[in-house]
Amino acid sequence: MIYSLCLILIGIGLYGILTKRNIVKIIIGFVIMEAGVHLLLILIGYRMQGEAPILQPGMKLSEFITRAVDPLPQALTLTSIVIGLGVLALMIAIAIRLYERYKTFDITEMRRLKG
Amino acid sequence: MNHLIPLFIAVPLGAAFFIPLVSRHVKWVPDVFGNLTMFSLAAMSFYTIGQSEVYHLGAWQTPIGIDLRLDGLSSLLLIAINVIGLAATLYSVAYMRIFTSKLRYYSLFLIMVTGMNGVVLTADLFNLYIFMEMAAIASYALVGFGCEHEELEASFKYLVLGSLATLFVLIGVALLYGMTGSLNMAQVATSMQSAAQAAQGTMAKPYIFALGLFICGFALKSALVPFHAWLPDAYQSAPAPISAMLSGVLTKTIGVYVLARLLFNVFGISQQLLLILQILGALSMVVGVLLAIGQWDMKRLFAYHSISQIGYVVLALGLGTPLGIIGGLYHLVNHSVFKSLLFLNAGAVEYSTGTRDLKRLGGLNQALPITGKTSLVASMSIAGIPPFNGFWSKLIIIIACVQAGYYWLAAWAVFVSLVTLASFLKVQKYAFLDAAKMALAKIQHTPFFMGLSMVVLAILCVVTSLAVLSGFDAPVLIAPAADVLIKGLITL
Repeated sequence: MIYSLCLILIGIGLYGILTKRNIVKIIIGFVIMEAGVHLLLILIGYRMQGEAPILQPGMKLSEFITRAVDPLPQALTLTSIVIGLGVLALMIAIAIRLYERYKTFDITEMRRLKG
Repeated sequence: MNHLIPLFIAVPLGAAFFIPLVSRHVKWVPDVFGNLTMFSLAAMSFYTIGQSEVYHLGAWQTPIGIDLRLDGLSSLLLIAINVIGLAATLYSVAYMRIFTSKLRYYSLFLIMVTGMNGVVLTADLFNLYIFMEMAAIASYALVGFGCEHEELEASFKYLVLGSLATLFVLIGVALLYGMTGSLNMAQVATSMQSAAQAAQGTMAKPYIFALGLFICGFALKSALVPFHAWLPDAYQSAPAPISAMLSGVLTKTIGVYVLARLLFNVFGISQQLLLILQILGALSMVVGVLLAIGQWDMKRLFAYHSISQIGYVVLALGLGTPLGIIGGLYHLVNHSVFKSLLFLNAGAVEYSTGTRDLKRLGGLNQALPITGKTSLVASMSIAGIPPFNGFWSKLIIIIACVQAGYYWLAAWAVFVSLVTLASFLKVQKYAFLDAAKMALAKIQHTPFFMGLSMVVLAILCVVTSLAVLSGFDAPVLIAPAADVLIKGLITL
C-alpha cells in the first residue's frame, strides 16, 4: 500500500515535467519525481520495527539478521541523491543561461530548432 | 586476474581530473594529454580481443563486491568507443579552437568516455545506472558547450528527456533488486529464471513492469522513433566531434548495447520482446529517413539518418536469429565509423565556410579536397554501395530477414536503403558537386589534424568491410560478440 504513495509522488513529478511550460516548474517536477524514486528505493529495504543495520558487540548475528533493515538500498539512495544533485545543478545552470539569452522561462518561446 | 580491465575506467577518469590541475597556464597540455589518453585507451582496447573474464573489484567475491565483466560483446564496444574517441580528440585539436575553453572540453570528454567504458564493462545493475548517468551528464554539458541560443535549448531538451530516462531505469533497477535481492546481472538472471520456472514459465508482474521501464528508458536514450524528439536538436547544436561521439558511440553504448544486454542476457529473450524490437526498429528506420530527406541543415540531416540507421540495428537484433544478431552488431560498428566521419565532415565544412546550410554551399570539392573525398566514402558507406562497410552489414541484415521469413521487413530495409541513397546524393550534389555559390577563395583550408582524423576514419570504412572475408556468418570480432547474445542468460 505504502508503495502506491511513492508512485503517486512519481506521477506528480512526471505530470509536472510533461505539462508545465515554465523551465523552473519543469525542474521542480523533476525533483519531485526523483524524491519519489528515492523513497521507493528506501522502502524496498525497509522492515517494520526494524533496527539500524549496525552490528554491535554482544548482538547475536542470526537474530540481528532477522531484525535489521537492508542497508544496501540506503547506500544506493545516497549515491543516487548525489547524482541527482549533479543533474539538478546542471539543469539550473542551463536554465540561468537560457534566461540570459531569451529573457524568459517559457519553453514555448524557445523555438529556434525545428524541422 | 586481468588488471587491464579496471584501467579502462581509471585512466580516462584520472586524466579528466589531471588535465584541469596542470593546464591552467600551459596551453598545449589539454591537447597533448587528451590525445595521449585516448591513444593509449584505443591501443589497450585491442588487447581485450578474445578475452573473457569476470574481474572482482578490490578482490571482493561476487555477492559482496562489484564485478566487471569482459566478454566478446564488451570488447567489441570498447574498441568502437575508444577508436572513435581517438578520432574525435584528434579532430578537436584544430576544431575546438573556435570555442573558449579546451581544458573543460577535454575534461568533460574524458568523463564521457569513462562513463561509456564503464557501461560496457560493468556486471552490476546499479553501477550500470551510475556509469550511464556519468556519460550522460558529461554529454548534456558538451551539447550546450557553445552556450548560444540553440545550444542551450537543445541541451535543456536533451537534459530533461535524458534524466527522465535514467529515472525510469532507476525505478526498474529498484524493482529488480526488490524482487531478486541482488544487483549482479548474472544472479538476477538466475533468480528470475528460477522464479519463472516455479510459476510455469510466466513472468511475475513486477518483472514485466521493470522490463517496460527499461525498454522505455533505453529507447529514449537510443532515440528510437516514438522517443526521438531530442536527438536532431542535440546533434545539430553540439560541436562536431561531440556530435560524432554522440551519434557514433554514445547512443549505441547507453542505448542499444544496454538494451540488448538486458533483454538477451538478463531477462531472457522471448517472442513478444523480439516483436517489440522489430516494431521499434522498423518504425525508426522509415520515420528517420523520411524526415531526413527534407532537411537542409547538414548536421540535422545526418542526425535523422542516425535514427534510421539505429533502426536497422534494432530491427536486426529483433530478428533473434544468429545471422540477424551478427548483422545488427556489424551494422552498429560500421555505423559508428561512417556516421562519425559524416559529422566530422559537416564540422569541417562549417569550420571552413561558416555555414551548414546546403542551399548556400556548393563546389566544395575543389576548395576542400580531403573533406570532399572522405565524405564521398562515408556517403557511399551509409547508402550501402559496395565495397564499403555499410553494404555488407545491410546485406547481412536483409539476408537474415529473408532467412527468418520476414519478407516484408527485407523489402522495408531495401526501400529505406534506397531513400538513404537519394538523400545522400542530395548532400553530395548541393555541397560538393554543384557550382559554387560563394567565393571559394575566401574558404579556409582544413587544418592538418582535422584532415588526419577524417582520413583515418575513411580508411576504417574500408578496413571494417574486410571483416566479411571470414564468411557472412562469422565476421572477425563480430561473431564472438554475437555469441554472447545468442547464448542467452549469463551465469556467474
